[in-house]
Amino acid sequence: MDRFTGTDLLCIRGERVVFLDLAFEVAAGGALVLVGPNGSGKSSLLRTMARLLKPAAGQLAWNGVPVTEDPDAHNARLHYVGHLDAVKPVLTVLENLQFWASLRGVAGRETAGRALDAFGIGHLADVPGRFLSAGQRRRVNLARILAAPAPLWLLDEPTTALDKEAIRALEAAIAEHRQAGGMVVMATHADIAADTPSVLDLGDFQAAEAA
Amino acid sequence: MGRFLSIVGRDLRLAQRHGFDSLLVVAFFVIAVVLFPFGVGPEPNTLARIAAGIIWVAALLAAMLSLERLFQADYEDGSLELLVLSPVPLELAVLAKVIAHWVTTGLPLIIAAPLLAVLLNLSAEGFGVLLLALLLGTPTLSLVGTVGAALILGSRRGGVLLSLLVLPLYIPVLIFGVGAVDAAVAGFGFKAQILILGALFLGSLALCPWAAGAAIRQALE
Repeated sequence: MDRFTGTDLLCIRGERVVFLDLAFEVAAGGALVLVGPNGSGKSSLLRTMARLLKPAAGQLAWNGVPVTEDPDAHNARLHYVGHLDAVKPVLTVLENLQFWASLRGVAGRETAGRALDAFGIGHLADVPGRFLSAGQRRRVNLARILAAPAPLWLLDEPTTALDKEAIRALEAAIAEHRQAGGMVVMATHADIAADTPSVLDLGDFQAAEAA
Repeated sequence: MGRFLSIVGRDLRLAQRHGFDSLLVVAFFVIAVVLFPFGVGPEPNTLARIAAGIIWVAALLAAMLSLERLFQADYEDGSLELLVLSPVPLELAVLAKVIAHWVTTGLPLIIAAPLLAVLLNLSAEGFGVLLLALLLGTPTLSLVGTVGAALILGSRRGGVLLSLLVLPLYIPVLIFGVGAVDAAVAGFGFKAQILILGALFLGSLALCPWAAGAAIRQALE
């Protein structure tokens, strides 16, 4: 069974310790929800997990093997949804989606079409990105992670700009993903229902004041 | 390979939908060259003497003009993050973007160059060599420029900084590009200059994608 773990993680941003001695573990089918006040390092932790940020200390491992040993393989097994939606204004929704899917070796209109339908934007497939609302762009970004399967989802505030209907679609997608043995790590302020998530409070890993 | 081509294809499609941008680069190239006869006077022999130099300098500036946006748009909308996180090695992704950049800017410059050479009264012996030198030199400009474009990500006055970073590195290409044409016009052999241009191209092909990849990773931290 797949396991994604981090040990003794230390994150420093601009000479300030964001979190230290942080450890986490996600198993196949598991969900980890990151909570904590603004600036406690939820995004930094997610970016560290995606290896966009290098931890100042500590190690990330997949099934016990450090991810630094094969970064491309780590990229292949994760999907990252950040604050930006990466939707090109001049490409249609379908073109946007198919490009990202093709980088993961998934071609074909059907998979992309199904991913769009899952978030209720199938009818926008041929609309250029510049005509989308913020919520629709976010839906396209989320449909991207359905269009090419990967076991680890890293979602940074995925509910931003989403309406209730889309949040329910996201909850359903997450539940289905976990049922199939996938993992989800998610930073969120909004209430998004997930069955039996583990919760990691980043407030617990702050450097002691005036230490 | 399919993934590599899909990045090239996407960038070409983006350039085609933006249409105007790559046309602007060629237009800049043409106008910059056309200004010289007004500046130095219409004396045909003078123009013929400096034709190769003018065309090369204008090509360098035009190529640089388009570089600022090479990664900037992807950086601003989050695509660059996803590109770094895709299973395609970042160096290959950079190379794919360089190819798309060259096809949309370098190639149109090469096509426009003979026309401008006629305008500047370049002697007939120089034409073939000018094209050959541009064919080897413009990909080098794109490759070297890519490193600059990656280094300026996130800076405020990126365009100015880019020219300071990149133009000095363009000097070898300029020297041997112009040297090859001058040698051909004067009736000497130009093989050495062409070979050096080829070496510069291969050297930058080997080094620049890695340097640009490292700069991009740094910019995203």
